[in-house]
Amino acid sequence: MVKTVVSVELPVEECLRIQKNRIEPQRMTGKEKRMVIVTGTHGDELEGQYVCYELNRLLREQPQHLKGIVEIFPAFNPLGIDSVTRGIPMFDLDMNRIFPGNPQGPMAEHIAASLVEDIRGADMCIDIHASNIYLREIPQVRINENMAEQLVPYAKLLNTDFIWVHSSATVLEATLAHSLNTIGTPTLVVEMGVGMRITKEFTSQLMRGILRLMKELGIWDGPVEEVRTPVVSRDGKVGFVNAKASGIFIPCARFWEPIREGAHLGNIISPLTGEVLEKVLSPISGMIFTLREYPVVYEGALLARVLGGEEE
Amino acid sequence: MRKELLYSLSSPYREEMKVWGYHFGKEEKSACIVGATRGNEIQQLYVCSQLIRKLTELEERGAIVGDNGILVVPSVNYYAMNIGKRFWSADNTDINRMFPGYSEGETTQRIAAGLFEAVQSYSYGIQLASFYLPGDFVPHVRMMETGYQNPSLANLFGLPYVVIRKPRPIDTTTLNYNWQLWNTSAFSVYTKETDEIDERSARQAVAAILRFLTRMGIVRYNSHSGYIASMVNEDDLLIVHSNCGGIYRRHKEAGEEVHQGELLADIIHPYEGDIINQILAPCDGIIFFAHKKPLVNENEIIYKIIKRLHE
Repeated sequence: MVKTVVSVELPVEECLRIQKNRIEPQRMTGKEKRMVIVTGTHGDELEGQYVCYELNRLLREQPQHLKGIVEIFPAFNPLGIDSVTRGIPMFDLDMNRIFPGNPQGPMAEHIAASLVEDIRGADMCIDIHASNIYLREIPQVRINENMAEQLVPYAKLLNTDFIWVHSSATVLEATLAHSLNTIGTPTLVVEMGVGMRITKEFTSQLMRGILRLMKELGIWDGPVEEVRTPVVSRDGKVGFVNAKASGIFIPCARFWEPIREGAHLGNIISPLTGEVLEKVLSPISGMIFTLREYPVVYEGALLARVLGGEEE
Repeated sequence: MRKELLYSLSSPYREEMKVWGYHFGKEEKSACIVGATRGNEIQQLYVCSQLIRKLTELEERGAIVGDNGILVVPSVNYYAMNIGKRFWSADNTDINRMFPGYSEGETTQRIAAGLFEAVQSYSYGIQLASFYLPGDFVPHVRMMETGYQNPSLANLFGLPYVVIRKPRPIDTTTLNYNWQLWNTSAFSVYTKETDEIDERSARQAVAAILRFLTRMGIVRYNSHSGYIASMVNEDDLLIVHSNCGGIYRRHKEAGEEVHQGELLADIIHPYEGDIINQILAPCDGIIFFAHKKPLVNENEIIYKIIKRLHE
């Protein structure tokens, strides 16, 4: 059943509606667990759209296997997705930096507060992101170190290639995931693919993981496939590669394949003079899990992240 | 006056970006004023330009006291300003959400780090700031409640209001907040406008900064004493929301006194022209913030009122 969770009248004719599809089992006992899938917080991240479609399709086709409640929010920021805008268009505001919101605050914060209230109490929330238009990411779950003990066992079921347990940077406190985890609603952040594109290989991979997690939670009793064992890594094992020159980045390394320290990752070139401005090398041995997709770079632009080994 | 290059960055397709500082007086790090960190902060740029003009005159007259030094940074993100953008145009990130910065990090983290290195260690830091809500404010000095704030110093600007804000997670990466953490007494000065120039409030801001510098013994400048500010906690402001979307007709301006039940605004049907909602003042007070755009969404903040305060 499609429900409107937030509705705000816009100046002319239309309403901004944030909707979810709530799918319940055929026979309710009142003790069902609830899982929430959220995506589309950033209007330029589209990978989650296909995951929502696939999950909805499967639950329509095999309703007999659904034993809990699944709520799917395909578009937290519908105006952003509709206008190819990462933030909330009217305010040029990153929606994932205003949580937990404020019921008395400006419109965007009021919306954020309503969404948190609606999700509060779920047994699991999966917040699907797709990097941005600049970087391509291997499917991964990101978890704040403060939540690692509780969340890593669930994250391992999601069929991603790795789990990044990162330190608690201040700015992350204003994200949906941090806000929900703080109020006791376990939330996993998935990053995969690249902005403005859908990578079916990655979305299918995550779908298998979501079903496996649903089975673990007792929400799904249909068939599931084996999931891969992810690498679990902490910040110390991640090497960052930032541009030292401004120009055009041409990568030559491949995603998620072993490389040695000092391996050639690509060049920053000058189209005007034909010079190679920087030969980009890997700072550590490992696997590239983030790779620059958008070629124009300034000094400092992130070109790659290299995962340097596993802790678990 | 000495013009100093504080930070530079090469660009693939544009001239090198250069952040300049204008230094007045001697070498003691007394006061630093930072202007436009965003591309739409035209008023903030203008205020700095007028301040630099005035400080140049004062320096020529020998009116900068003792060993005091003053640094003014009129613009940080003029790359965005020149092409009509608000944030860093290559990735739409906000430099004023990147402090204290990271010199090995991403581009805007590097810009913030480069700027912060140049502007830290001053006794007093003044940022000409803007807010994301589209509207007019009464001119005020804003401080964050970090535990290091000093509201009585903020009073010395002689602006009508001093606002104390409880920092939220999003505030912890601003210049103001980080200045305070690194032992600079930091103040954000808000004038009426951002995207457009308002001469009157720009003059008021220049006068307020010079008044503050005079009272701190940094410059000698005779000016009107200004106001004894009313202290306001941001959480105590009464917020008035719109009840529906439509064309917005404002009846009261920022700074005006209103009485309970007085008409604040009309919302007009965008096709049929009827007044579909009238917003009335919920209390007596002074208008602190007034929505400005001609259109309004439902549930938008259209006024903030300082309760029970009279002119």
